[in-house]
Amino acid sequence: MSSKVLTEPIGDVAVGLPPLQRVTLTINGAEKQLEVAPWTSLLDLLREYLDLTGTKKGCDHGQCGACTVLVDGKRINSCLTLAVMKDGCEITTVEGLSKGDQLHPVQEAFIEHDAFQCGYCTPGQICSAVGLINEGHAKTTDDIRELMSGNICRCGAYPGIVAAVEQALKVCQPNQ
Amino acid sequence: MTATTYVGKPTSRVDGRAKVTGEAKYAAEFNTPGLTYGYVLSSAIAKGKIKKIDASDALSLDGVLQIFTHENAPRPAYFDRKFKDDDSVAGSPFKPLYDAEIKFSQQPIGLVVADSFEVARYAASLVKVEYEAEQPDTNLRRKPKGHKAPKGKTGFVPPKDRGNADKAFKNAEVQFEAEYFHMPEHHNPMEMFASTVIMEEDGKLKIYDKTQGAFNSQTYVTKVFGLSKEEARVINPYIGGGFGSGLRPQYQLYLAVMAALELKRSVRVVLTRQQMFSFGHRPGTLQTVALGAAQDGTLQSIKHEALAETSRFEEYTETVVNWSGMLYHCDNVKLGYYLRNLDLYTPLDMRAPGAATGIIATETALDELSYKLNIDPLELRLINYAEENEFEGKPFSSKALRECYHQGAEKFGWARRKPQPRSTREGTKLIGWGVATGMWDAQQQKAAAKANLSIDGKLVVGSGTADIGTGTYTAMTMIAAETLGLPLEDVTFKLGDTTLPQAPLQGGSWTVSSVGTAVQEACEAVGKKLLKMAKKMKNSPLSGASFEDVEFVEGKVQLKGDYASGVSIIEAMRQGEVNFIEEETTALPNFLKQMKYARNSHSAVFVEVEVDEDLGQICVRRVVSAIAGGRVISPKTARSQILGGVVWGISMALHEESVLDHNLGRFMNHNLAEYHVAVNADIHDIEVIFVEEHDDIVNPLGAKGLGEIGIVGVAAAVGNAIYHATGKRVRDFPITLDKLL
Repeated sequence: MSSKVLTEPIGDVAVGLPPLQRVTLTINGAEKQLEVAPWTSLLDLLREYLDLTGTKKGCDHGQCGACTVLVDGKRINSCLTLAVMKDGCEITTVEGLSKGDQLHPVQEAFIEHDAFQCGYCTPGQICSAVGLINEGHAKTTDDIRELMSGNICRCGAYPGIVAAVEQALKVCQPNQ
Repeated sequence: MTATTYVGKPTSRVDGRAKVTGEAKYAAEFNTPGLTYGYVLSSAIAKGKIKKIDASDALSLDGVLQIFTHENAPRPAYFDRKFKDDDSVAGSPFKPLYDAEIKFSQQPIGLVVADSFEVARYAASLVKVEYEAEQPDTNLRRKPKGHKAPKGKTGFVPPKDRGNADKAFKNAEVQFEAEYFHMPEHHNPMEMFASTVIMEEDGKLKIYDKTQGAFNSQTYVTKVFGLSKEEARVINPYIGGGFGSGLRPQYQLYLAVMAALELKRSVRVVLTRQQMFSFGHRPGTLQTVALGAAQDGTLQSIKHEALAETSRFEEYTETVVNWSGMLYHCDNVKLGYYLRNLDLYTPLDMRAPGAATGIIATETALDELSYKLNIDPLELRLINYAEENEFEGKPFSSKALRECYHQGAEKFGWARRKPQPRSTREGTKLIGWGVATGMWDAQQQKAAAKANLSIDGKLVVGSGTADIGTGTYTAMTMIAAETLGLPLEDVTFKLGDTTLPQAPLQGGSWTVSSVGTAVQEACEAVGKKLLKMAKKMKNSPLSGASFEDVEFVEGKVQLKGDYASGVSIIEAMRQGEVNFIEEETTALPNFLKQMKYARNSHSAVFVEVEVDEDLGQICVRRVVSAIAGGRVISPKTARSQILGGVVWGISMALHEESVLDHNLGRFMNHNLAEYHVAVNADIHDIEVIFVEEHDDIVNPLGAKGLGEIGIVGVAAAVGNAIYHATGKRVRDFPITLDKLL
């Protein structure tokens, strides 16, 4: 049996492309005036236009967490965010966590506990862990496991990730 | 022990800093001015023909450079052999955009190239495709009859029967027989397949490819496109996970190179997560196992048959059933392995291909038999311990599996296990314990490496291997530093570049054994030259010493154990009037020595699960994995390898399945929200034990490789623990909660 299938494009054909918009973003401490197309995600802006490839694309659908960055200190999936939506915001990517040669305690802890293998989810895991510490909700090991579950690690480095976040929590929140 | 001894000591990843700061660059992250972006158009049907493609709207968009389809794309090569690669199987490899025929869902049917990613993606949505669809067949179970797998180099044919398994089964005091099934799985490395092809001014291509073998991609590209090796350099310094998916060149490489050559531009093609379900996968299998045993537990008959899927254009085979004839002592064994062609892409090696799935059936069946016999499942495994590979009649080069059982059981507390299912509960939670055995090959391949020691004491070692997260950079740096007695920070290991000496694909758990041996030999060759120079020095304390008499420690060459005899290697080079010493070697396996032995790694996995009696929720609370994998070179990264394998095993047991809609012939859960892999909250305590195992037959390093053994047996152990907890046996993997209610 054979049948005809016609796949129509979704919606009307737009003629011409969307005009660029002017935004100001502070990225890793440096203020940047940018002209971006409204359909450019924050993730693609970082990777394709600003050469900040530390932030990773793992699914482009907010399902894996590899693209996690900090926007005004809060962790978000940068693939689900259009760059123009973040006009005036402060963005921190994995490239902005260390101070010169001095790594962030989360970065140190990830190396010490071998909290990664291939390293592709790692920038997202690290930004997510910094966000988690900022939130201040994680009190137990199970809390960490739950609150880090938006970041998939296909290599299965979860035991190391949990150990690293536990250690970093102690360093960053010594009174808790 | 000296300060420059590293092998066997926990060492943090040498590439750790690059990975935690975002400096490590993956295939899609090499930017260049004028880069263009390719976006792949995927077929909406699984079988049939393309009747018409209308790309006019898309082509009229600003920024669109070209849209390649089968109507206008070049066909650079015709013969199948041009498309064969180092991990090819029998049959005719898929050739992108060659004709109008659709062979599998999401088949690439076009490539939109534009000057930005967004425009390429949008333009792709404007291409109108008209198909003539046919009904695909993607259901392995619909007609569970296959054909014999092809023989030859690329086919895994089961060995001949041993004894008479049918008769022995019939006569056995206790018989057990069951059918096991699992769906296909997809590798889903975190990094999506990508190739950035940079067109250099002289027309040569610099190709950053996501691959587990730069040389494999290079050979493929040069054969298909008729380029010389100099015209197609392949580079892959970091790979965001492979698990086997990068063992064959994927179609984004073909499309990116094709577009770059046609347009004379640099091109990047990155697949989407959805498209990651459009090529190789772990094949689904339907297996039957029949075991016959005496009342005392001794196995009298093992029968294991598997039916696996393959595509219509290639015959993918893997070793699914053979393990059943090697794991235990048994005089009567009968194995069968059959394939059925479906309208899917060809399967592809996925972490411990064959063993990860075949051993699920064997080890679950053995557990089921243990309850019939009323014998502890661990005891049953010890009763039937195989002292040699009974198919080949060869002794194992080493096999510390008994120690794995003992040490694992001790750590786990197995002796306290209550034999009856449903005998332990904590409130509404049922607790169960399970055990299984794992087995994998310890292989060595030909590999080359180059070592360059400069007068400032810096050593650069290179080999075109890969580090898919396995810790290659770290292990090789440790081997090189220790061989020449240098501080780790003075040693740089380079990989992932076809301008380096040739190394095999990174797969089969053979990288440390193969490339590690080459690295050691290259460094030893440098060491021999150093010794020659040191001996020529005035009043040299080493005059008369042979290479076997000396050791390299802390930047010196000295008589073994005699610190006072040490000569600085820098001083030796200075007086020898050289600025550097460079040596390249090719390490070959010692076939004559190896062929007399069966060479395998083994494991014993112990699992504790808790199952919510009312809701069916399953939690793997505790795993002890005891590994007999030869000498452990880099304990820290080795432990991570096993942890990762265990996580994969848990994921396989409880979560992973690529669900097919047989009407559409399409994987329906083709994204990371619906294709479940274990997340952080799914993983609890995992303990790894490396059992001591000395082996000078597998290779000079004594390492057996650890990338795959960690997953084998885990899913069966989880299933066995679930049975022990609940009294319910699930033979259809993954064991999702609905199957327990």
